[in-house]
Amino acid sequence: MSWSWAFALEILPALLDGLIVTVKVTLISSVFALVVGLSFAIAKASRVTWVRHPVLLATEGIRRTPLLVQLYFLFYVLPDFGVLLSPLTAGIIGLGLHYATYTSEVFRAGIESVPVGQWEAATATNLSPYHTWTHIILPQALPPMIPALGNYVIAMFKETPILSAITILDLMGEALAQANFNYRYLEPITLVALGFLIVSLCSAAIIKILEARLRLENG
Amino acid sequence: MESFDSLVSYAWFILGGAAATLELTVLSCTLGLIVSLIAGLSLLSKKLLVRWAARTYIELFRGTSLFVQLFAAYFVLPLAGIPLSPIQAGVLAIGLNGGAYGAEVVRAAIQAVGNDQREATIALNLTRWQAMRWIIFPQAVPLMLPTFGNLAIETMKATAIASLISVSELTFQAQMVRTQTGGTALPFITILITYLAIASMMMALVRWLERRLSRGLVSVRT
Repeated sequence: MSWSWAFALEILPALLDGLIVTVKVTLISSVFALVVGLSFAIAKASRVTWVRHPVLLATEGIRRTPLLVQLYFLFYVLPDFGVLLSPLTAGIIGLGLHYATYTSEVFRAGIESVPVGQWEAATATNLSPYHTWTHIILPQALPPMIPALGNYVIAMFKETPILSAITILDLMGEALAQANFNYRYLEPITLVALGFLIVSLCSAAIIKILEARLRLENG
Repeated sequence: MESFDSLVSYAWFILGGAAATLELTVLSCTLGLIVSLIAGLSLLSKKLLVRWAARTYIELFRGTSLFVQLFAAYFVLPLAGIPLSPIQAGVLAIGLNGGAYGAEVVRAAIQAVGNDQREATIALNLTRWQAMRWIIFPQAVPLMLPTFGNLAIETMKATAIASLISVSELTFQAQMVRTQTGGTALPFITILITYLAIASMMMALVRWLERRLSRGLVSVRT
């Protein structure tokens, strides 16, 4: 085994192209996971049984099955029922939906941590459910959740290599394509690992700073 | 349209992969548990070098993505003269990755045991090892259990990616049926239900263990 700098440099442009795809997918699926996760959390807090139960069932089902199988389902099974998704769309929906079930638990915990008195006060001042959520509950519940949600965004970033299994040329996809083409695995995989390590360490540091700042604000 | 008999035989073929899924899960969880105990205790060591070694291991394995580690174990380790079978590579990568997350759980649970307990062990003149073995650790275990249960289920879900390095577990078998018959709904719905059943059984097991191990302890709810 010998490390070849020439080969590493040669594949670097392709890997950077892949990195752009990876970052793009992470950002779009994160927004998806946050929005859908919040809706799941609100639905789980609903008093209407036929809203609460189906959502509980769906989120538990998604949480207990592997992301890879869900991606295959979106990519291979849905076309048979007439729903044709591009690899990128299937990947974003799969990753976003999987992590929405995780973020929904963060949202649920955050919402439950808002004191009951706030709900009662909202009722007492005759606010509609919509205004109660947007003006009273969410503004208090959201800031303490930021570190936990940030950790899930990092986790999603680290999960993106799985998308190469449904033919997306993300960082891992490009690396595997280069590795298979040249039959050299050492350089591509090491570079990908290094890329992930750098991004994860930096983002973990950013989250720590955020946490410290939140603690300062809350006294 | 295929006959009912052949559908049943395909379903059986796919379910044959459940054995490999369970094997991967049990072995990876065992490796992960052992490594997380060692690394978690090392984080609390008095020796700087031991703490650093544990910290480096944890950051390295949490920071580089399980998927990449799996491919490194299967394609790069042989270059260094360590050829691994697909199952061995899968267990190594999934186990070490889980261990990095588990180590923090062990550390946090041990630190969560009350300081009065520690003071009592000093008052009773126990050695550090005796205190950990008989007083601190047994009280930390119930605190670790819920999170370890979740990690075990994450580990089970992670075994699906071992199909990409040709371990013939559930997902691999389903892909085989898909490529050979062109049928998609049967293989994937079969394995989705199987994974769901395995995860649910694991959750029931963890709940039972939680009740069992917290017996005799007052207010261990975290």
